[in-house]
Amino acid sequence: MIALLLRDLRLAVRAGGGFGLGLAFFLIVVTLVPFGVGPEGGVLARIASGVLWLGALLACLLSLDRIFALDYEDGTLDLLVTAPIPLEGAVSMKAAAHWITTGLPLVLAAPVFGVLLHLPAPAYLWLVLSLLLGTPALSVLGTFGAALTVGLKRGGLLLSLLVLPLYVPTLIFGAELVRRGAAGMEVRVPLLMLAGITAATIALVPFASAAAIRVNLRQA
Amino acid sequence: MSIWEYANPVKFMKTSSLVLPWATGLAAACLLGGLIWGFFLTPDADNFGSTVKVIYVHVPAAMMAINIWGMMLVTSLIWLIRRHHVSALAAKAAAPIGMVMTLIALITGAIWGQPMWGTWWEWDPRLTSFLILFLFYLGYMALWEAIDNPDTAADLTGVLCLVGSVFALLSRYAVLFWNQGLHQGATLSMDSAQHISDVYWFPLLLCIAGFILFFVALVLLRTRTEIRLRRLKALEQRERMA
Repeated sequence: MIALLLRDLRLAVRAGGGFGLGLAFFLIVVTLVPFGVGPEGGVLARIASGVLWLGALLACLLSLDRIFALDYEDGTLDLLVTAPIPLEGAVSMKAAAHWITTGLPLVLAAPVFGVLLHLPAPAYLWLVLSLLLGTPALSVLGTFGAALTVGLKRGGLLLSLLVLPLYVPTLIFGAELVRRGAAGMEVRVPLLMLAGITAATIALVPFASAAAIRVNLRQA
Repeated sequence: MSIWEYANPVKFMKTSSLVLPWATGLAAACLLGGLIWGFFLTPDADNFGSTVKVIYVHVPAAMMAINIWGMMLVTSLIWLIRRHHVSALAAKAAAPIGMVMTLIALITGAIWGQPMWGTWWEWDPRLTSFLILFLFYLGYMALWEAIDNPDTAADLTGVLCLVGSVFALLSRYAVLFWNQGLHQGATLSMDSAQHISDVYWFPLLLCIAGFILFFVALVLLRTRTEIRLRRLKALEQRERMA
């Protein structure tokens, strides 16, 4: 399984901009927001945490259809299904590789983008913490969406329609955690809920993803 | 009389053709009776004026919107566990009806909210969770449309329905936490005293019965259409092979 993870990471890096692309997209979103809402610091500071969370969501979404598409086309996925490791494990590793190439760089870069958006000082810690806790769930759920649409020719738009509603709870608790943390309010509930959703997602959703992949490979 | 008998489409077609006219007729009677009673024969409420009458469409539609998703969850499970073909088709048939019910609840709510709250839309927990439910219905239907092989489509939408149910429920509570609402509490509930006087209660009950029967009739009709469509496809395929 470790070998699979390393393989996916290597592929992501060598096939062009695995780490860079998501970050660049994130930067563009952050750059465009002030054009849309005006450059006043007060407005930007208020919406900064929400914008950063939405940017993370969209950047994650962009690379989802590549998780299984290439492996499906060249037959690697068939090998993975018949391999001695359980498919659920392989799917989890795929999600982990996706998180390391898109989620983790965003978590690390978020404070820098926070400066661009005048994020208030107490919010930095909470922003990084909430993204760190929340983005793994985004990758795992995205893997589920990618598994559902792997056999389709043009699954991209459908994929976002399927996956984005599943992101709602994570987004709500993540953004709420930053908002409350920045305002110095009680953060226990959103913190625990966010961590709980991510933990449960990591534990359970790979079973659904693996089931979807088996169904998709059955007909081919 | 078990549901497994109806895994046989012939049996299902036979029984449903007997039930369908009754369900349709009763639905029409209940809806006509309930709506006419509700719209023309009940007084205006003290603090709502005549806007109270939207309740006869809004409440049943909202109830159906949630319960239809529940019905899809059950039929999907039956399909996934026991390969009950008619059950999968019933789930497919129910989805567009559920989506329209959600839309009706949202639109009638907006029409009521404009004079009462002074706004068409408010990011209230109930309104927001209905919007999210609407998105779940859209995704579910889009996945059905996108996949050619009917068994694959049934399997994948079934899995989506299971995962979606958990997340729809989760979103419901997340949204409650996220914003306090304008929407009043439930008008009807099983375990507490009702917040509605008998004048409105009886026509509302009739409307709810009408909506349920209407849904049953529509689902039967649409499932029958799906079965016939599948037979047609099988026939076409056989012709091409010959």
